[in-house]
Amino acid sequence: MSSPNDAGTWKGPAILVENVHKSFGEVRALSGVNLMVEQGKVLGLLGPNGAGKTTVVKILTTLLKPDSGRVLVEGRDVVRSPAAVRDIIGLAGQSAAIQEDLTGRENLDIMGRLYHLDSETRRRRTNELLERFDLLDAADRPTKGYSGGMQRRLDLALSLVALPKVLFLDEPTTGLDPRSRLGMWEVIRELVAAGTTLLLTTQYLDEADELANQIVVIDHGKVIAAGTSTELKNRVGGDVIQFEVVERSRLGEAAETVKSLSRSEPVIDYEGGSVSLWVGNNGSHALVETVRRLDSLKIHTEGLGVRRPSLDDVFLSLTGHGADEAEGSSPARRRRGSRRHQKENL
Amino acid sequence: MTIANTKTFEALDLPSPPRAERLKLGMADTMTLTRRDLMIWVRNPAFMFFTFIQPVMFVLLFRYVFGGAIPVHVPGGYVNFLMPGIIAQSAAFASFGTAISLARQLQKGVIDRFRAMPMARSAVLLGRLLADAIRLVVTVLVILGVGYLVGFRFSNGVLAAIVMLIFGVLLGVTICTVSAFVGLAIKDEESVGSFGLVWLFPLTFVSSAFVPVRSMPHWLQVFAANQPVTIVIDEMRSLALGGPLALHAWESLAWMAGIAAVFVLLAVRAYRRAT
Repeated sequence: MSSPNDAGTWKGPAILVENVHKSFGEVRALSGVNLMVEQGKVLGLLGPNGAGKTTVVKILTTLLKPDSGRVLVEGRDVVRSPAAVRDIIGLAGQSAAIQEDLTGRENLDIMGRLYHLDSETRRRRTNELLERFDLLDAADRPTKGYSGGMQRRLDLALSLVALPKVLFLDEPTTGLDPRSRLGMWEVIRELVAAGTTLLLTTQYLDEADELANQIVVIDHGKVIAAGTSTELKNRVGGDVIQFEVVERSRLGEAAETVKSLSRSEPVIDYEGGSVSLWVGNNGSHALVETVRRLDSLKIHTEGLGVRRPSLDDVFLSLTGHGADEAEGSSPARRRRGSRRHQKENL
Repeated sequence: MTIANTKTFEALDLPSPPRAERLKLGMADTMTLTRRDLMIWVRNPAFMFFTFIQPVMFVLLFRYVFGGAIPVHVPGGYVNFLMPGIIAQSAAFASFGTAISLARQLQKGVIDRFRAMPMARSAVLLGRLLADAIRLVVTVLVILGVGYLVGFRFSNGVLAAIVMLIFGVLLGVTICTVSAFVGLAIKDEESVGSFGLVWLFPLTFVSSAFVPVRSMPHWLQVFAANQPVTIVIDEMRSLALGGPLALHAWESLAWMAGIAAVFVLLAVRAYRRAT
C-alpha cells in the first residue's frame, strides 16, 4: 500500500468542490455548492444547523455521494477513487472515534493498526502525538476519565495518526468550556503552521475569525458569501450600536424601542445584558436617537457606543438569523461562552 | 476568492490496489476490530460478569425451580435434557450485545469515522462477529462448568461433546448475524434493546430448549417443532446424550448457513446505507 505522503504530484487546490447538488428524498440539502481551498490553508465553513455544513463534510470524506457535480481532494475524485481519498484525509470532531473503556495510548495504537502502520511507526507516532497534545500523563488511563478538552485533543490526535494531508474538523470545540477552546485553537494553529490543509466547520464566528484564512457561509444548501473575515465585515459595512441595560428585566423593552432604527432585528445578549443593533451608515444620527429614546423611557444603560461590525453581525445580515440558531434548534444546542447572542422573539 | 471557476483541474487517475492486497488488509482490519472488541470486554469486569451471570442463573433456575415439574424421558433426568437447551438459549441471547453495540456505534458516529478511513468496509461487521464467537466459546465453557456442578454429564463420548459445543457456538454466531442486521437497520440503542426481546424470546423459548415440544398445545407445536432453534437443540441433545446423530446434523447446518448468509448480506447492505 502506498503511504499517504508519497503522492506529491498534485499541484492544484487541496479541496475542490464544483457545483455539487445533494438531495435526501424531497429535501434539497445542497444546491450548487462551490468551494476551493489552497494547499496549507484553512477554510472556515459557517452556517446555522441544517444549512448543509455536515453534508459538505460527509461528501468530502466519502461518507455520502453527491447527486451531481465534482469533488476532488488532493486531486482524487471522491466518487471515482474514494479509497485514495481516505488514504490522505483525517476526520475529527466531536470525540466520536474514542473508545472510552480503552486508554489514550490503546486508542491511538488501534487507529495506527487500522491505517496499517507497522508496530515501530505506531509506537513512535503514539508517543509523539501524546506528547504534542499534552496527554502523556493520562496516556495509560481509560479515556472515560478524561475531561472534555482532553477528549477533543485525543480525538484530534486520533485523526492525525496517519499524517493526513487534508484534515476535516467538524465543530471541534462545540460544548467545550472557554479555556479548553483556547487550548484546541492553539493545537489547531500549530497543525496549520506545519502545513496541513484544514476545513473547519463551526457555529462559532469568533472561531472562524481566529483560525480561518477564508470563510464560506452557507445557508439553505447554498454558498451565500465567501472571503476573508475582513472582506466579509467590509461587505456588511456601517456601524453597530451596542449598550448594556442596567435593569435586565427591561432588555426586551429597550430593544423594542430602538428597533425601528435598523432594517434588521436588534440582537439581545441575555447573559451579558446587552443589546446590539446594526444601523448601516447612519451611525451618529442613530446614536443620538438611541440615547433620546432610552432616556425618555428612563432605561439606564452602560457602555453605550458605536462599534465596527463583528462576524456575528455579518452572519445576521446575511442569513437573517444568528449563527447558533436554526429552525427548531433547542436552547441546549445553543453555544456557551461570553458572546452568546439570541435573536429576540418579538 | 474561494469560488472555483477560473481554471479546470483534471482528477488524478489512480489504480485501485490488487484484490489480494485488499483481502489481506481487510483481514488485518477485522483482526484489529476483534481485538478492540475483546479488549473492551476484558477491561470491564462488570460487563464480563453479566455475560456469565444470566446463563448461570438460568441453569440454576431451571435445574432446581422449574425442573422438578417438567417430565422428560432422558437418561440422567431433567438436568441432562436442560444443558444443551440452555447452551443454545444463552448463545442466542448473547446476540443482544451485538445489536446494541452496532446501533450505539452508529449513533455515536464511530462507524462514520471508520468509513472515512482506508479500512475494509466489512471489517466492522466481521470483527464484531469474530469477537462474538470467541466470547461465546468462553460463555459456553462457563455454562458447561456450572452444568457439571449441578449434575449434568455427557454420555456420548468426548468427540460428540466437542461437536455439540461447536454447534452451540455456531448457533450463537448465526443469531448474532440476525442481531447485527437488527442493530444496523434500527440504529437506535434503546429500540434495539426492546425489540430484541420481541424476537429472541419466542425463538428460544418456543423451542425444545426447556420443555419437550410434545407438551405444548398442538398449534404451537407446528412452529416449535420445525423452527431452526429446535432443530439445532435436538441435534445438540443427540450429540450430548446419544441418539440418532445424523438425523438433524445436516438440517441444522443448512439452516444456520442459510440464515447467516441472508443476514450477513442484509447487514452489509444496512451498513452501507447507514450514515
